[in-house]
Amino acid sequence: MADEPLVLGIETSCDETGVGIVRGTTLLADAVASSVDEHARFGGVVPEVASRAHLEAMVPTIDRALKEAGVSARDLDGIAVTAGPGLAGALLVGVSAAKAYAYALGKPLYGVNHLASHICVDQLEHGALPEPTMALLVSGGHSSLLMSTDITSDVRPLGATIDDAAGEAFDKIARVLDLGFPGGPVIDRYAREGDPEAIAFPRGLTGPRDAPYDFSFSGLKTAVARWIEAKRAAGEEVPVRDVAASFQEAVVDVLTRKAVRACKDEGVGHLMIGGGVAANSRLRALAQERCEAAGIQLRVPRPKLCTDNGAMVAALGAEMVARNRAASSWDLSADSSLPVTDTHVPGHGHDHVHEVSKENLYS
Amino acid sequence: MLLLALDTATPAVTVALHDGSDVIASAAQVDARRHGELLLPAVDRVLAEAGLRLDAVTGIVVGIGPGPYTGLRVGLMTADTFGLALGVPVHGVCTLDGLAYAADIEKGPFVVATDARRKEVYWARYADSRTRVTDPAVDRPADIADQVAGLPAVGAGALLYPDTFPQAHEPEHVSAAALAGLAAERLAAGEELPAPRPLYLRRPDAQVPKNYKVVTPK
Ligand SMILES: [Zn+2]
Repeated sequence: MADEPLVLGIETSCDETGVGIVRGTTLLADAVASSVDEHARFGGVVPEVASRAHLEAMVPTIDRALKEAGVSARDLDGIAVTAGPGLAGALLVGVSAAKAYAYALGKPLYGVNHLASHICVDQLEHGALPEPTMALLVSGGHSSLLMSTDITSDVRPLGATIDDAAGEAFDKIARVLDLGFPGGPVIDRYAREGDPEAIAFPRGLTGPRDAPYDFSFSGLKTAVARWIEAKRAAGEEVPVRDVAASFQEAVVDVLTRKAVRACKDEGVGHLMIGGGVAANSRLRALAQERCEAAGIQLRVPRPKLCTDNGAMVAALGAEMVARNRAASSWDLSADSSLPVTDTHVPGHGHDHVHEVSKENLYS
Repeated sequence: MLLLALDTATPAVTVALHDGSDVIASAAQVDARRHGELLLPAVDRVLAEAGLRLDAVTGIVVGIGPGPYTGLRVGLMTADTFGLALGVPVHGVCTLDGLAYAADIEKGPFVVATDARRKEVYWARYADSRTRVTDPAVDRPADIADQVAGLPAVGAGALLYPDTFPQAHEPEHVSAAALAGLAAERLAAGEELPAPRPLYLRRPDAQVPKNYKVVTPK
């Protein structure tokens, strides 16, 4: 185990400043500072507020992660960082920190893909990823169905949302119901006491001619908002618990149905679910039920590893080191729309920067 | 003393090594959109030119702005993290002070102004190259015409608005060499330098973009 790569990962693609440390597939530290409270009154993540918070939180969060892991920075085998996709300004803070840290310590730098990291984090919970793995990533920023045969080099997009992300729909419905931000946990709570079949909300993109693995939550969002407004206009009380339960059911029904179908179509025996919405209790329960019925093994990491964090970036970085993938160059840039197929950002072939660097780095 | 100075608060990405009395090596590239890509390679080049390694550095000096936020943070985050990894102090210097120092004006008054975008400038008044007499501020040039009337001015913000700054001249951008020189003087005099925290001068645009968290590529 001591031979496994010790990697520190930095994540700043949205509103969490995450620094994690792993040794191979073992989690040693997962320090997160969130600016979510500063965004709450705006009902969504304000990029400039997030970027300012990342700058302030970075050094203390790195310190905290090192203490938590009980390791010295000198012993690290590499520094990994989310190079994209995400908010451009926010990503740039993390990339700047990772580059400076790697350079000063004389360690290789790995710019990695945020979505691939969400998948790879499951290694810290359930051991090495089965190959292939099907992954359903659902959060305020993503709703994607991805298949991977090697998390360091091959991630294929099967489907994605064509409008809103799943988590976004939760936030917006929570706002219409005056339940605050973020919407996921509070809707989940109310839904537990409501009837999921009380109101028949639409299931987007589930017709026979619709794209089998794409998602759409915009129509659902509008339908729920209209239903609530009609109740209010009629002077009737809105049954918050039933609305929450019926809305949530519509979301998780489509997500799990499409994910299981993708596994069957592609002959994949494992489904992992990641992203903040993976914390939703009904999503977990229904996915479990449907995977069992289909003979598919379900893997869902604990909620703290599903939301954005540095450990997931470290997990993918460690895999990059273990599989001898090329490190990134010192001119690595943040790419807000890094394609999901780019699992990492390797350095260029003729890298004079790196040539020069070797002399300046610690031996 | 070996200071590594860097500044990304203006369109220039600038790095310098300073031994307390002289600049040993320096680099500057002007590209307002690529601070993130250019800074680390510039540090690397400057160290290579001096034949030194980063661990020889005894302190970091960083321009704290004011400046456009995204670029400004690249320098500050890099400086902060160098400080953490090397265990050396990180000193802040107001970027306008660096420009004033580079202007080498023994007897003022004069004005330093940089481009704040959105038709505004970041600016301050100086009695001489080492003495700032107003706090850095952000304003529309026309709104400060009275306060800067008849004064020479330096910086891209002054060169950009000749109606307000008819006596504008070089230097256009700050240089890390000037920043380091100023910091070295102040440290030698036993002065305390500001903490390496950004001078934003504006509140964040508190607008949630449409599809605010959507990062999945289409
Ligand atoms: Zn995410």
